[in-house]
Amino acid sequence: MKLVRMQPGHGDVLLAEGDPEIASDEEELIEEFRRQLELGMWAAVPTGQRRGRREAVMVRDFDQVPRDAERVVFFPPAAGG
Amino acid sequence: MFARWAARRRPQIRASRWDPGRELRAERRARELLRSVVSAREAEAYERLGFISVPGNGDPASGYAYLIYPHRPLIAYDTRTRELLCEYCVGFPDRSEAEFGQRLPDSDDVLAKWMALRGGERDLIAAANMHLPGRQVDPQQVRRDLVCLREWQALEERRRGPLEERRRGPLEERRQGPLARRAA
Repeated sequence: MKLVRMQPGHGDVLLAEGDPEIASDEEELIEEFRRQLELGMWAAVPTGQRRGRREAVMVRDFDQVPRDAERVVFFPPAAGG
Repeated sequence: MFARWAARRRPQIRASRWDPGRELRAERRARELLRSVVSAREAEAYERLGFISVPGNGDPASGYAYLIYPHRPLIAYDTRTRELLCEYCVGFPDRSEAEFGQRLPDSDDVLAKWMALRGGERDLIAAANMHLPGRQVDPQQVRRDLVCLREWQALEERRRGPLEERRRGPLEERRQGPLARRAA
C-alpha cells in the first residue's frame, strides 16, 4: 500500500509504503495517515470498478481503508472559491 | 540595517520564484496519477476535451451531472435537456505548502474533484459556494463543451463497434437508466 499526497509544484509525492499485513509496516502507515489528517488533508482510496466505472471512497480513519487498497491519495480540503 | 532588511526579504523572493519546468514536471506526474485512477474513457475525455463529466450521485440515471474543469467551478447540468443548473465554486488550496504556492497542478485539481465527487459528493458540495450559471464560467462556452462532449461520446460509441454494443445492451435502454426500466 502506498500513501501519496498531491502537492503544488510536485504532483504526487510518496509519503509511505508498506504491507499492512506486516505489523511494523502497518504502524508506519497508520502514523503517516494520522499525520496527514492532522494537517487537515482529505484522504481518498481509488477502488475498482462498479458497473464498469472507476470509483473512489473518502476515508477518515485508517480502519476504513480496504486492506487490499493499492493507494491512499491525500489532498488539501475543499474550500469555497 | 540593509542586511536585516535583505534577510527578511529573501524567503519571500524564493517563495514567489516561478519555474515553468518544475510546473510542467508536476503536471506530468499529476496526469499520470489521474490516468491511473479514473477510467480510460474519462482520461481520454480529459485529454481531448479538457474536462470530465461525472454523473451526479454516482449514477447516470440521476438526471444530472457535473463538468470538472481544472481550477474552475464545477458546472452542474441536466443530462436530458443539457440545461445548466448551477456553478459550484470550489478549490483545493494547499495552505501548508508555502514554498511553491497553494495551487495544485491542473490534473491534480481535476482528480481531487473527481475523487471528492465519487466518494463524498455531499461534503464537496457543502464546502462549495453555489451560484447561478455564468458567474465565473461563460455559459455559452459550457454549452459548446456539452455539444463537443455529446459528439465525442457518439464517436466513442461508434468506435466501440457492434460487438461491444451487444454486450452492453441496447442503447435506448442505457439512455433510460435502471429506474425507468424498472417503472416500465
